[in-house]
Formats: sequence, structure tokens, C-alpha cells
Amino acid sequence: MSITPTKQPVIPRIKKETIRKLLRRGERIDGRRFEEYRPIKAYINVVPKAEGSALVRLGNTIVMTGVKLEVGTPFPDRPGEGVLQVNAEFVPLASPTFEPGPPDEFAIEAARVVDRCLREPKAVKLDELVIIPGKKVWLVFNDIYLLDHDGNIIDAGMMSSMLALNNARIPSIVSIEGDNIVIDKKVKEKPLGINVNVVAVTIGLIDEYILVDPTLEEELVLDSKITIGIDENNRVVGIQKTGMRGIKPSTLENIVDIALKKGVELHRVLGEVLNNPQQYSKTLAEIMK
Amino acid sequence: MFEKPVLIREDGLRHDGRRPDELRPIKMEVGVLYNADGSAYVEYGGTKVLAAVYGPREVHPRHLALPDRALIRCRYHMAPFSTSDRKSPAPSRREIELSKVIREALESLVFTDLYPRTTIDVFIEVLQADGGTRTAGLTAASLALADAGVPMRDLVAGVAVGKVGGVLVLDIDEVEDEFGEADMPIGYAASIDEIVLLQLNGVLTREEFIEGIRLAKKGAETIYKMMKETLHRKYLKVLEEV
Amino acid sequence: MKMKILVANRQIVRPGDVLAIIEGSQITPKYLPEKHIYIHGNRVMTDIVGLVNISDNEIQVIPLEGKYIPRVDDVVIGMISGVGLTNWIVDINSPYSGILNANDVIENFNPITMNLRDYLDIGDYIIAKIIAFDRTRDPLLTVKGKGLGRITEGVVVRIKPSRVPRVIGRKGSMLNLLTSMTGCNIVVGQNGLIWIKCRDEQRLEVLIRAIRRIEARSHIRGLTEEIRLFLEKELGRRG
Repeated sequence: MSITPTKQPVIPRIKKETIRKLLRRGERIDGRRFEEYRPIKAYINVVPKAEGSALVRLGNTIVMTGVKLEVGTPFPDRPGEGVLQVNAEFVPLASPTFEPGPPDEFAIEAARVVDRCLREPKAVKLDELVIIPGKKVWLVFNDIYLLDHDGNIIDAGMMSSMLALNNARIPSIVSIEGDNIVIDKKVKEKPLGINVNVVAVTIGLIDEYILVDPTLEEELVLDSKITIGIDENNRVVGIQKTGMRGIKPSTLENIVDIALKKGVELHRVLGEVLNNPQQYSKTLAEIMK
Repeated sequence: MFEKPVLIREDGLRHDGRRPDELRPIKMEVGVLYNADGSAYVEYGGTKVLAAVYGPREVHPRHLALPDRALIRCRYHMAPFSTSDRKSPAPSRREIELSKVIREALESLVFTDLYPRTTIDVFIEVLQADGGTRTAGLTAASLALADAGVPMRDLVAGVAVGKVGGVLVLDIDEVEDEFGEADMPIGYAASIDEIVLLQLNGVLTREEFIEGIRLAKKGAETIYKMMKETLHRKYLKVLEEV
Repeated sequence: MKMKILVANRQIVRPGDVLAIIEGSQITPKYLPEKHIYIHGNRVMTDIVGLVNISDNEIQVIPLEGKYIPRVDDVVIGMISGVGLTNWIVDINSPYSGILNANDVIENFNPITMNLRDYLDIGDYIIAKIIAFDRTRDPLLTVKGKGLGRITEGVVVRIKPSRVPRVIGRKGSMLNLLTSMTGCNIVVGQNGLIWIKCRDEQRLEVLIRAIRRIEARSHIRGLTEEIRLFLEKELGRRG
């Protein structure tokens, strides 16, 4: 059952007023412009034991994604495809408001939005993941791990997932005897095939203002948020409206245009990392420095 | 096997004979349950949904209550027999997500601050699923809230727009959802002109998205009018029972 | 405030219906929950399923459904549902439970020597008045006053709280009609519970049917006249 959140910090009224007053002057509380992302830092191959991994810092928000591949059975209605599974964990070390336990509705929602944005444009070449048609395929587990929560988890989670999937390599198959498949995870053969890259752009709405990449402080006073998935061909590949206020249909055109514009920017960041993998492969020790 | 049906026929009509901008036959009733404070039954073609509202009522356990407003608790749930393959009655990740987006849609309309320390519980049961269950569920929930006398800014009508065989179509059913290119459910409060639920599962161009919203609004306006008539009809019925 | 009213008196309206258009430019968004209207842009809208009530260019909506929300000075009928050390919890058919303090009922109350259940026990009905309520704390009740206290005889009928105004009628017209024609004692709690004591079973039965009729048909015009005819027929038939 979904319940009105009760554990969220109480926002001082004055804070909301301060944010509004700044917005009227065209400013945001952290000094950014309305359509400006926080600084993005992205790294790949941060957990070498995973088949693929990445870490994204979006301002103070840190999200890591690990991709693991296992051999398993395909879905009966998709015998010629591997399986992609996206999961998100909001672990308690990431925020004073998170508690241990199975993913709550926010984590489930975040994972499902990322999942849809990957699945619908067929971002991952699932048809290349068949080992024995109808019987054995690669299962791709994309686990999003939130390490520090300062707002806009989905955009950071989407980018770290996309990088980790690009970074993932398929373990080698040593032998196939009947249905018995022996793999060697230490030997990684070819990379996981990617059809198209996807980014997510989250836009916060408060009064008549449109704020790209809201921080946690902003999220707590927003009327609503809208996350738009955008692929490298400028197509809209997923949308999720969240929050407890409605939005005017007439603003949607403007919102989608801003998202498309910011999508280009995020794809550039993504491309920079993917085109220079050596430069952006960092160890966790280096990143945490 | 799993062969893709013809979604848009040569005559431009859909697999079930509808025009692209045509809704399925829609039925709705309010006050259908004895125990609930408000209730509604809604059918979009083969999709059959029941919603019940209890409240505002005391919150148990009491520490969950909020001091300055009512809680909304919402459960969207599919009956095990509602789908072709039996659905496990345990809540799936999909049901958890849909419960959340439906709750948030209702939060944006209900005057929750009138009833501090209470809860307004909304239960949606999908009895038969044939596409558009969340939008039919949202429509039913909105009717049930009105039937319970819960103050709210407006009613909300849910409807999904899809893209099938390259064509934008209104109110997609299960076949169109499964084999189509996109499913975009919306919740639209027509009188105050607000979208309170919006998701997209699929791929659209910018132009298709804008056109899809326009089509969805048009469909939602038709459903919205039916909702108003349904709420009225409940009292007209009494008039006839002299 | 000048406005053009778009609805008729006693018309059934639903959440989101537009009742009136405000003329002029000075419009501030406003919500009047007790009148079930709010101002959205230049439109006066309602938040509930109810009946329009227009008088002297004032517009409000009387809800047809909904829970009872306590108001100070309301007379309510409640049932003792819990007993504490120094107070009773009273179910008043509302999201908020009533509180009745021991010293309202017992003079020189001493929690050590006295057991509240000896005075009012779980399941007892009381007629009480609300003396304090602001939604942040549960409503405080009193049974001190004329006509208030424990119910020891008669029956209690439960109707939808939203239909209470109809059972009472304009300036008490419906309640006067019910009382004078049946000769029964009637106390209408604002929370939808009605206490009745009649001379005989038949009068009681007819009165309850009349109340049920009012409840079911509360949105209908000319209901007082209809009920008068109903009572004449039903009571007259017995001779």
C-alpha cells in the first residue's frame, strides 16, 4: 500500500518562501541557473569484479551501478532474448531518512523508470545474449546503488547504469554440454552489445518555475517532478511524473523541449566517458580521495 | 505462438474495429458497495475495476498520523484471476509503483489538510485486466472519493494513449499494449485543466508526444463527462423509486 | 463581490463543477471549506457532491455524502467505546473520537477510589454536546445540560450525517413535523445518530420509515410536503 510519506523532514515554511523569493529573482538556492545541471563526474570500471560498473557524482549525489551477468533461462514468451533486470537499492548509508529493508516504493519506482527507459528503445542488444535458444541465455542484472542522496537520483542512476552497461563484458563460455554451461568470469570476451544510449532528464516544477536537476533541498519544496528519458536520436523513451501536485498540459511542450536540450548535454558527457575509457577508468580509492 | 496481430488494418481501423481516436465501451457506477464510505465500478472494454474509499477515519497505528493533514493510503491490486496467467496475489513491483503514482495523482486533488490526524484509504481491485487498468483504476478511485463525500478540487479521468503500427491511438487494450510501440497513461482533471498522472512506456518523437497529450486530453474529457453524469445518476435513481 | 451564478438552487453538483463566474478583476484564490466552494481563476467551484444553496447572492453547497466532522456546540449522540483512568472515549461516528472527562460526570472525582465503568460503561449511549474542538486534539464532550446525559430508553437510529440538515429542515420545520405528527420524542444528533422514544411500536415504526425516506430522498424538492402526506397516510391508516 502506498502511504503519504511521513518520515520526510519537516520543511521550515521560511525555507519554501526563501526558495520562492530567489526564484522570482531568477536565482536558485545553490546559485545555479534554472536550466543548469550540477557538475557531473562520471567514472567507469570502478568495481572490476563486476562485469561492468560505473559511478556518477551529480553535485553531492553519488550513485553507483554494477552489472552482473549470470546464465539462466529466458522468459517463455521471449525465447530468443537475454533478460535485463534493473534494481535499485537506497541503502541506509546514503541518507539519514533511509532505513534497512527491501526497496520501498521510491526505490522501486526509480528502478522501474530506468528499466523502461532502457527496455523500450532496446538499449541493450538482448538478442545477442542467447546461448541455447529457448533454454539458456545471459541474465543481465543492473543494480543501482545510491551512496549519497542529494536529489535527482534517477538522472544519476540512469547515467551510471548506461555507463556500466557499456562497460560490461560478457564472461567467456568454457564448455557447453547439453544444458550444462561452464563459464569463466575471469576471462571476459566481448562487450555487452548496446543499440542506443539513453539519458534521463529530471525537471522540477514549483509555481510557474521549471528547474532542471533539483537538489534534495529543492525536491522537498517542489510541486512535482517530471523525468524524461531521451535516447541519442532525440526520441522520448520514457516519462514519469512524480509528486503531489498536478501540472498544466500547456507547460508540457516547454518541459519536453528543455529536456531534449539538456539530453544533448548529458549525451555529450556520456560520450566523453565512453570515447575515453582509459581516462575515466578510476579505482574507488582514487574517486573517494 | 506469439505472432504479432495486425494492429492497424488496411481500412485504418484498429484490430478491434475502433477508430484511432475511439474509446472502448465504458461503463461506470457509484455506490456499489455496502460497507465502503464510497465506491465505484468502472469498465473500459474488457478491463473491469472496483474501487472503495474508507475515510477520513482514524489512523492505526496512531503514530503514523500526520498532525497537519490526512494521509492518503492507496493500494492498486490485481486479482489473481484477472489475467490470462494467474497473477500471484502478493504485491508486485509494478503494483507498488502504480499504487504510488495513483496515490500522488489523488493527493494533488484531495483537500487533505481539512482532516489532520486521519487517513483516507483508497483500495483498487482489478477484477479483469485488458489494458488500461491503472487509468480505469484512477477513474474509479476518483468516483469513489466523490461518492464518499471527500472534498477535492476536481474529479480525475484516466486514459491511456498508445502508438501502434506507427499510429497514435486512444485507450489501448491489452493486445495494443503488448504489441504496440508506446503506452502513455495520463490522469486529467478537466475542470481545472491539470495533468495529475503522466507516464510513458515506449518511444515517441517530440511531435508524437505533444499530439499524444492532445489525444489523451480529448479522451479524458469524454470520460470526465461520463463521471459527472454517473454521480448525478445515483440521485436521479432515487427520484424514480417512488 | 459580483458574480454571475450558473446553477439553480437545489441543483445537484459534483467536485469540479463551476457554480459561478466572478465579474471584475480583483480576484484572490480562496477556499471556504465550510461552504464547499473554492475560487479557481475567476470561477467559483465546488469540492463535493451536494446541493446548491443560493440565498441573497450567497452561494454554498450542502454535501450529500461525507463523514461527520465535529463542531463546537453540536449536540451528538455517542457510544462509550473506551474507558481510561480519568476519561471515557466516545465513538461519535466521526474520524475523531470524543473525550468525556470523569469530572464532567462525577462530582469530586477521585481516580483512586472510583471506577469510571460504574458510571458509564462500554456500549452505553449518551447525548452530549461538543465544548471544544480544533482538529488538532480530539473533541471534548460534556453531558451537563438540559436533555444531555446517558440514554436509558428508546431507540437510536443511524443515518448518513450529511442528511441530518434535511431531517431537521429549514428552521426545524421537518423535525417539528415529525414530532407533532407522531407525538414521539426525537433528538437528532448532528453526527447522524437519532434518538427516538414513542408511545407505541407502530408510531416508532412509521417514524423510522419516515426518517429513512428523508435520508434516501434528501435531494428532492418538496420533501417536507411529501413526508407530511406519508405520515398522514401511514398514521391515518391505523385509525
